Amino acid sequence: MSSRTLVFLIPLIVIIGFWLMARYESRVAHDPTHKSYWERNGTVLGLTFIGLVAFWSLFLVTLPYLYMVVESFHPKLPPAQRGGPNDFLTIANYKSFFVNQTDGQFNDTHMYAFRYSILVSAGITILNLCICYPLAYYMAQSGTAQKVRLLLLGLIVPYWVNEILRSFAVKLILASNGLLNSSLIKLGIIGPEGKIDFLLHNTGMWVGLSYANLLIMIFPLYNAIESLDKNQIEAARDLGAPWWKIHRDVVIPHAKPGIASGCTLVFMLAAGSLAAPLLLGGPRTLWFTQVVYDFFFQSFNWPRGSAYAFILLAACIAIVLGMLKAFNVKLGEAIK
Amino acid sequence: MTSKLVFNVTFGFYLLLFFGYLFGPLLAMSVTAFNTSNYPQVIPFEGFTLDWFVKLINHQQMMEGLLNSIIIGIGVVCISVPVGLAAAIIMNQIYHRARSLFYLVTVSPLLTPGVIIGISTVIFWKDMFGLTDFTKAVFYKGIILSILGQSSFVAAYCLLIIMARLTRFDRAQEEAALDLGASYPQVFWHILVPYLRPALVSAGVLGFLSSFENYNTTTFAILADKTLVTVLAGETRQGTTPALSALAVIIIGLSLIGAVIYEYLKRREEAAALAIKENARLAERGEAE
Repeated sequence: MSSRTLVFLIPLIVIIGFWLMARYESRVAHDPTHKSYWERNGTVLGLTFIGLVAFWSLFLVTLPYLYMVVESFHPKLPPAQRGGPNDFLTIANYKSFFVNQTDGQFNDTHMYAFRYSILVSAGITILNLCICYPLAYYMAQSGTAQKVRLLLLGLIVPYWVNEILRSFAVKLILASNGLLNSSLIKLGIIGPEGKIDFLLHNTGMWVGLSYANLLIMIFPLYNAIESLDKNQIEAARDLGAPWWKIHRDVVIPHAKPGIASGCTLVFMLAAGSLAAPLLLGGPRTLWFTQVVYDFFFQSFNWPRGSAYAFILLAACIAIVLGMLKAFNVKLGEAIK
Repeated sequence: MTSKLVFNVTFGFYLLLFFGYLFGPLLAMSVTAFNTSNYPQVIPFEGFTLDWFVKLINHQQMMEGLLNSIIIGIGVVCISVPVGLAAAIIMNQIYHRARSLFYLVTVSPLLTPGVIIGISTVIFWKDMFGLTDFTKAVFYKGIILSILGQSSFVAAYCLLIIMARLTRFDRAQEEAALDLGASYPQVFWHILVPYLRPALVSAGVLGFLSSFENYNTTTFAILADKTLVTVLAGETRQGTTPALSALAVIIIGLSLIGAVIYEYLKRREEAAALAIKENARLAERGEAE
């Protein structure tokens, strides 16, 4: 049996596991008032629901992921040779991330792009947390309902404009003959020759990435801080705590799941983003998703692209899990 | 008192900066759409023109992309809303221990980078559709792959939206209907679906929008075809033209109108809910008309 057909067995095993679990549970926690799934939905609807969900979770989610992982362990072959004797399992694609196959040197370009993407994403996450925290706190605790609604509307409207156009807008401002430079010249702060190329220095990319993910950070923060009882803050204030102590000891510990979930989302989205680095990054910048993109569209090396994509995914998950562990937040709380 | 004033001034300044950051780029972009200059610039403002809107409408590729985007968006909604609904119902009913695993599987597309969803969709369906020549010729197309790829995460959004309302559903209604002899499909269509309608509508709207503006997944899944967003990305990469700003102005205008309508409907719904409550209170005291 080829490794690719093996992929279809894994979900089957999981489903059997699920079914056994359900059987076990219904026997252990037997509750005579409980109606079974079929009793509640009837056969036709019950089957429809299961069919839809099975189609989604198998054919749209799990199987493609697993298939991509398997593909990444295969060499790049012309279609005619797929499934033939040359189509063996190999870790060459993963090895090529660390070591160049041609000269045996370390693969600095790709490893650098990887490190760079992860570090910048982490930076963006921290930056957005700092930018969004005061506003989220204000909306959740001290703003009036009317004002909060207006602020929320103001936050949401820019996000109806798509990511590409938002990057374009940032580009218009920061480009060497963009609004910022021409305003600075007008104001006489810099001379006409002193134009600053913000895009070359990746300022544009930072701004674009941060801009794209502001809303993703603010909502989890807002929800978490909103559930804090106002009386706790009052009490702390009455007992004479300065404002920074109130935040450090009362608000932030309470909002921790929200902070964790905002950070997780922003980090994952930033690390996996393609538009902002592609459109706003300087010519020398190599974002890791761009490397993956190039494997697909320039060298047509899908297996190696898959391997790189999987490395990115695995690293992101590991970092997020590590971060949650460090802050002592459960995964379930963070992805609510 | 002075410290309060200092705080207010600082906070006001922060708010100004924050919303300046949020809206500044969009405003600047909107201005460039009306400037005659060939390069999208705000200053110097060389003269007022609407030419860029005409150029936009005559942009063949963008209009083609727009059509594809709309087809894909409708396809995604048609798959995602039913799937999200079914998943929410099942999630609500399955046993506790299985639920957390099911939850993890279903929200994983939300956490996976869109690039990876796009790649895995293409790799998987290329082989699946490639099994026979017929399926390859009929189904191995950018539009279909994009619908499949986007549905994987849009359905997860729909699940979360529908789930939020479903958990507040009173099961007694369902049981009463069944006891009175309604069939299962009748209960579903006449009780559950009407109850969930607001959630279904917002899931549909949000699903369509997130499909429409998706780039990361689509750029892989669309193959040789194009959507509005992939055309835009190509244009922005190559250079800049005020026609893009004109498009942005249209989108911003539409979304402002959408936001106002949404706000209006929400207020009306709240007022209606309040009226019902008031009526119920009066009825309890025997004073209803």
